[in-house]
Parts: sequence; structure tokens; C-alpha cells
Amino acid sequence: MPSSPVLPKLVGQRVKRREDPRLIQGRGTYVDDLKIAGMLHVAFKRSDVAHGCIASIDTSAAEAMEGVEAVFTGARIAELLGPMPIGTPFPSPDHRAVAADIVRYAGEPVAVVVAADRYVARDAADAIAVSYDVLPAVVDPELAMSGKPTVIHDAFPNNLAVALVPSGTGVSPEGAVDDTAIDEAFARAEVVISQRMVNQRLVPSAIEPRGVVAHFEPGKGTMTIWSSTQNPHILRSMIAAMTGLGQDQVRAIAPEVGGGFGSKINVYGEEYVCAVVSRQLGLPLKWVEDRSEAFVATTHGRDIIGYVDLAARRDGTVLGMKLRLIADIGAYNMLLTAAIPTLTMLMANATYDIPAIRTTLTEVFTNKTPTDAYRGAGRPEATYFVERAMDMLARELGMDPAEVRRKNFISKDKFPYQTQMGAVYDSGDYERALDLALEKSGWAGLKKQRDAARAEGRLVGLGLSMYVEVCGIGPSASLPTGGWEHSQVTVERDGRISATTGASPHGQGNETTFAQMLADQFGVPIEHVTILHGDTGVVKQGIGTFGSRSQAVGGAALHLAGGKVKAKMAKFAAALLEAHEQDLVFESGTISVKGAPARGKTFAEVAGFAYIPVPLPEGLEPGLSEEAFFEPPNNTYPFGCHISMLEIDRETGEPTLLKLVAVDDAGNLINPMIVEGQIHGGLAQGIGQAMIEEAVYSDDGQLLTGSFMDYAVPRAIDFPRFELYNTVTPTPVNPLGAKGVGEAGTLGSTPCIVAAAVDALSGFGVKHIDMMLRPEKLWRIIQGDRP
Amino acid sequence: MTHVSITVNGKARKAQVEPRMLLVHFLRERLNLTGTHVGCDTSQCGACTVLIDGRSAKSCTVFAVQADGSEVTTIEGLARDGRLHPLQESFWEEHGLQCGYCTPGMILSAVNLLNDNPNPNERQIREGISGNFCRCTGYQHIVNAIQSAARKAAVAGAAVRDPRAGS
Repeated sequence: MPSSPVLPKLVGQRVKRREDPRLIQGRGTYVDDLKIAGMLHVAFKRSDVAHGCIASIDTSAAEAMEGVEAVFTGARIAELLGPMPIGTPFPSPDHRAVAADIVRYAGEPVAVVVAADRYVARDAADAIAVSYDVLPAVVDPELAMSGKPTVIHDAFPNNLAVALVPSGTGVSPEGAVDDTAIDEAFARAEVVISQRMVNQRLVPSAIEPRGVVAHFEPGKGTMTIWSSTQNPHILRSMIAAMTGLGQDQVRAIAPEVGGGFGSKINVYGEEYVCAVVSRQLGLPLKWVEDRSEAFVATTHGRDIIGYVDLAARRDGTVLGMKLRLIADIGAYNMLLTAAIPTLTMLMANATYDIPAIRTTLTEVFTNKTPTDAYRGAGRPEATYFVERAMDMLARELGMDPAEVRRKNFISKDKFPYQTQMGAVYDSGDYERALDLALEKSGWAGLKKQRDAARAEGRLVGLGLSMYVEVCGIGPSASLPTGGWEHSQVTVERDGRISATTGASPHGQGNETTFAQMLADQFGVPIEHVTILHGDTGVVKQGIGTFGSRSQAVGGAALHLAGGKVKAKMAKFAAALLEAHEQDLVFESGTISVKGAPARGKTFAEVAGFAYIPVPLPEGLEPGLSEEAFFEPPNNTYPFGCHISMLEIDRETGEPTLLKLVAVDDAGNLINPMIVEGQIHGGLAQGIGQAMIEEAVYSDDGQLLTGSFMDYAVPRAIDFPRFELYNTVTPTPVNPLGAKGVGEAGTLGSTPCIVAAAVDALSGFGVKHIDMMLRPEKLWRIIQGDRP
Repeated sequence: MTHVSITVNGKARKAQVEPRMLLVHFLRERLNLTGTHVGCDTSQCGACTVLIDGRSAKSCTVFAVQADGSEVTTIEGLARDGRLHPLQESFWEEHGLQCGYCTPGMILSAVNLLNDNPNPNERQIREGISGNFCRCTGYQHIVNAIQSAARKAAVAGAAVRDPRAGS
């Protein structure tokens, strides 16, 4: 046997990404890069009023234009396509991909154009004349709850989509409510903190807008749909259901996807429309969203008002909490819309052992773009409400914000911990994360720096926040799609490895992390491993990438499938080497007998034998290809502590973030470099929310922040250098001990930055400031206004 | 239709275009150079950044006819003779990208930045790429990548090469 170089273990190493060579050379293929012979282009005519009846729609000028193939109004689309389905068990109003009679938000599609190129398609859409009988619009959810000035869906009086779901202490699984414990907590309270807080609406803003290519082939009766999606398998199921095709007749492909952040989970009307119109015309079609369209047509995130009441003793012990949530979900329910705010309820315990919690949730329709998942999806809102309240409690009691937290932590010996909200936290050590953050940030020194700056008249503040997040989304009971993930690992005849994953990435680097794992598992060079994803024609089953589940669920499935192949390969090797399979070592491209390294075969030799097994070892089928579904027994609950320092310009009110220290515990890490990148990105979006991002509507329902000129996506200049540290508390719920990290940065950052701003302005008597930290708002406080 | 003659990645290209055709669409749809991306319609995001006569420009804000007679470099023209440009190398080494959609424009902006200022400090780097949005990375690894490329060029005693200057 030839000797091989010893391969280093790759799991846990900063391995350079295998995706990058194509992406840094402009050789990635995103949806808009696809061309199919005969392909036509789609444009949508969208409503420019937020609420109104379509009085007339004249498509004749558009149809007469050279290069226009067809124009479809909402009425014609309704002949091809039923109402849009949702993925939650809540009641939902009739929602059409293209409105036929009433429009309920500015940007809702009213007609579809198919034309020879995108310029003509756009011209033709502009040439469609629509007149509306304008109805009153409502954009304030608390006003909408009164049913004034308008009811958006007749079947939902007072615009209530989901009304007052109580949850927490004293609520039985059947929904019977007993207030004794929560009432007692507040009766015993020595101090009560009460605050209304707004977790404002955000625009996800993946830099690649959405896009679809739909290709129905009449000869074969099959549909191929390429889409900028986070979950091609969910897309396939939905397209099949809506077109009447079987799932075997639909192939969904997520090619290179330019970011998603939750906004590309939903299956959108444009995807259904392109599919059914392609089928109707028998032609391939492309639609690519432009940015102005994305602002109104792609789901928004957050937009939840929280009324928080916190009952405590004067020593800082929290006795109880009430959290009343009002979620503005916009004009319609989308795939997961109604479920997102329920995650805010689920995470209301945060990192604390709170004896009594009562949450209620009201979801309200308004004349705005629908909301759905956005990075964090309900958990940043929970973190924000609870952590802001804890910060206010610390301030009220004159305690250090770290010490109030410490006093109320779920202690590390209590895991697994059943929360008041019904979650079972898998593992945690919150005090260790807090202590590391205090040590690494130099908390005591920072306080001195702050005080010295204040003595000079500068407005400098410190903020601290804990977070815990529900990740590794599954199990199947929690997702209408099923909460598992799937992988098939194949050792090819030449000893190279190909593996599929249903966790379809859009920047997460799964091609790298998953290859690291298989390279270690089989003892082969990473260059010999290829990870396949994003194509339901190749990846037979899958759910997708969201809820920080790629590694914790998808990685676990890959690991299990790899283990099955390895076990089978060991049997072939044992036959070749006349050894016991349990005595074999897979290392550095060889399979050899433990303690006798000279007795071995190359990995490729054993692979070749498995495909031409002469003689076939008894009890074995030829070949080396195995699949696994991994169903997690529980979610994972990563956690951490973030600390920030912020300065506000006394003259202009402009805030500057001076420092951000993040301690995150995502369990075991496969590639720390990629994990850092995920945390950086989450921090950027959380800091963006805290400081500069906000979707603002006019009273008549026009999105005022409808372009990148008005909506502030953070730039490089907006951030200090982030300081990252981690603790490692593995999870017991999957074989990797990995918890998930994609969303973490959005959780701790918002409350810790707002806390720093409140601290900076504490001399002006302010107790809470709603996000975003607009300079005008801060300037007014400095001038003596009280928010 | 108007005739244009544009040198793209060292190759002379002649075409008839509608006067309203954007340079980015000319590159992507007529020349199939799809590495240049479109991320917005108001010239904020910078995903479409290319070099025109060696200077960075947002190709969604330039009509193809305005580029007539110019030399355009896109991401596809940055590597030479199978060798990555130092900034491409450093983006790879420093994990300066995730989804990759902003990356071509970001790298070309960084080329322009280092041509103007071969030794920028962190503040200058952050300002220099503030015309390019990245929603994935939080920019820190991008800043590291640009610093790394600048450092390596300094050690090698040469500025990061102008992509027009051949290999």
C-alpha cells in the first residue's frame, strides 16, 4: 500500500470556503444570469394605492405594443390559479397572487405582462391603465384594532387576524386560563416596570432581489422552476399543489442565492404566477424583481408592539412578567406570517427563571406589505422586550445591569429547563457568557471611561444584553413541512465523495462546512468531497435553510448518512483485508487495520471493490450510497451576552457606536471563520435596526422609505470593529453538539444598543427610547422633550 | 439604435444598442458577462460596480452609449493568466464574502480604492467602500481583506496592479 500524507482534522478549523473561487470571479449563476432559448420576460403592474376597489383596468395599449406576448389581469389569473396557501394553522382571508377587485396594500399586483425583453415588459406594464375607487387606509395597528377607519377583510372584524392568544403560567394546554400565579406575583411586587415598546418594521433587503425562471415543457408535462429561494423543496411542494402537477413532475432549483435573511422562505405570488403562465403559454418565463419592487413586494420583518410589565423585589429578583403583543402583519397572511410573533411569546422567559409569565398576542391586518420571517423572526423581538425591561429595572433600582441579570438567571444546573412558555432549553451556562463579556469588554474600565467622558460633558453610555434563541428549527411537530433534514452520501467508484443536503444555502458556506465534516469522517482530502444542494432533481428530499437549522439539523443528517456509508464501506474493507470491521481505521485516504498500518488498502481501492464486488461479501449489496433523515428531538437554544458603548453628539443628536463586544455560545463550531462571519452579519442587521433602519409609511399607506435612498441599509462606515468571543456549551439534541448561529447577532445587539443610548441620555431623565435611534429623536430629548 | 464600440476586459466590442440601454444590461445581456450584478435601481448598492477607464463606476447609472470609446473592466477581467487578482485572493482568504452577490462590485471598488491610496487606514477603507452595500458580512472581513491585500502589495514593493496593465 502506498504511504499517504497525514491529513489534518478539519472540523473546528478555519477552512477557506470552497464556494469562493467562483464567486470572486463572477462565475456564480444567480437566477437573473439564466437564459433559456425562447424565454420571455414578465413584469407586474402593481397597485399605487394602499386600499381601493379596482374600478377599471384597460390593458389594450399594453397588448398593442410590439414585443408583448400576453397580458393577464387578476380575473384571468384567477382562472389559472387558486387562492394563495399559508403554512400556519390560523384562519386566513382569501389572498390572490394578482388582485382582481380590491387592493389592500400599495404594491399589490393587479396585472401581469409577458414580453420579449424586460424593457418592453416594463413599458407595457406602465401602459396598463387602472383606476381605483380609493378606500380609507389604516397603517397604525392599534387604530386598526378598533375597526376604524376601515375593515380590510370583511371576514375579520376589527382587522384582527389572530386575537388574544394567552400563553404562559396558568394556561393549560387546552387554553384554560388561571390568573392566580401572575396576579400574586404582581401583588407581591415592590417595584413594577411598565413600558410600551415598538419593535419597528424592517425591510430585509437581500442584495439580490428575488427572481424566478419557470419552464413548463409541454412535451414532458414537467415544470422546472428556478427561484431565489431558501427552500427549493418547499417551493416544489407548493408549486405542485398550486399547478395540480405531482411533486414528481416539478423540479425546483435554487441556484446561487444572493442572501435571504428569512425573506426568501415564503413562496410568493410571483412564483405561482410565473409557473401557471409558463404552463398556459408553453414557454419559459423570467421575472426578476427590481429594488423598488422588492421594497413593497418582498415580505417585511418585525413590526411588533410590546406592552411589558415586570414585577420585582427591590433586591432585583423578578417575580413575574406580563407581555402583551400587538403584531402588525400587513395586508395578508403569507407562508409563516402568523407564526412569527408566536416565537416572541415562546421566548418570553429569555435567560431568566421568572416564576410567572403571561403573554397575549394580537395580530392585526393593516394596509401594508405583509410581514414574515426576517433574521431572528420573533426571537429578537422577545429579547428586546425582556432585556429592555431588565435594563429599566436595573436603572430603577440603581443596580448594575449585569447584576440584575445574574440574580435572575436560569442556573446551569437546571438544564434541560422547562420554561413557563413551554420551551425546553437544551443546555446553557448564562453566567459564564456574562462573565466572559464583562471580562473581555473590561466592563469596570468602560464605566470609568464613560464617567470620565461625561465629566467632559460628552454623552457616552454603556449597554448590556443577554439573549437566548430557539434554533435548529424542527422537530416535525413545529413545522407544517416537517422539521427534519435529509442527506444522501455516496462514495463514488473512484473513492471521491458526493453528498446531498436539503439545507439549501444562500451564503452560509454549507459546501465548506459539510465537506469538512465528511473529510474528517472518512479520512479523505476535502478536495475529494463535493456537496450538492439546491436542486430537487438531485437532492431528493429536504426542508431548507432557515431558523439557524443548517448545521444543527442538516449537518446532523449528513453526519448520520455518512456514518451509514462508512459502516458499509468498513464491511467491504474487512472482507478485502480479512479483518474485523471494528478494527479498521479510516485515515489519510487509506483504510487499514488498527495497530498494523501496513495492512491496508487505499480508500479508492475499497470504493472500487464495493462497486465490482467479486466475490460479493455475504449479506452485502453492491455500492456505497446511503441516505438519512434526521429528526431532532428538540430545538437548540444558543445564547450569549452583548455589550456596547455609544456616544451621542450633544449638538446634533447623532449617535455613534464606539464599541460592540459579543460573546456567543453556539455549541460546537465546525468552522469558526464562517461562524464569525455569521455573527458579524447578524450584528450588522441588529445594529441597523437599533440605529438607522425603519420602514416608514404615510397615513395613506405609501411606503416613504421605498428605496435605498430612504431606507438606510448599513454601510461599512456605520460600524466599529466588532469584538467576538465565545463559550462552548454543546447541545445534547444532535450528534454534532452544534446549535446554530445564523441569527444570533440580531438578538443581543438591539437591546444593548438602546440601553447604551438611554444610559448616555440618563441625565435628561429618559427611561426608554424606541428604535431607531434617529438623531432628531435624541436631539429632542437633549432639548428637554420626554418620549 | 446607436452604434457603440467599447473595450471590455481587453477585447473590442461593437454593437447596436438602444440609447436607453444601461451599461450593466449591455454587459450582462449582450456580452453574457453576468458577474456584474444589479442590486438596486437608485445607484446606492454598488453591486454593478465596474471600472471605466480604470475608475470605479456604477454601471446601472451609465448608459452603454456613454461608455462608447471606453475601456471597461468587469470582475471577469480581473484575474490574469489564471492568477487571481490580489484582492480576489484576499477576499477568499479573509472570508470577505458570503452570498457573493455584492462581491464583484465590492472587489472592483476596492481595486479603485487601493489604486488611489495603496496604504489606507481602516477609516479610509470603510469610507472607500461605503458606496457598496453588503447585507451578509457586516463588512469586517471585507475590511480585513482589503487591509491584507494592501499589506501584501506593500511587502512586494508594488501597488496593487491596475487591471488594465496586463499581467
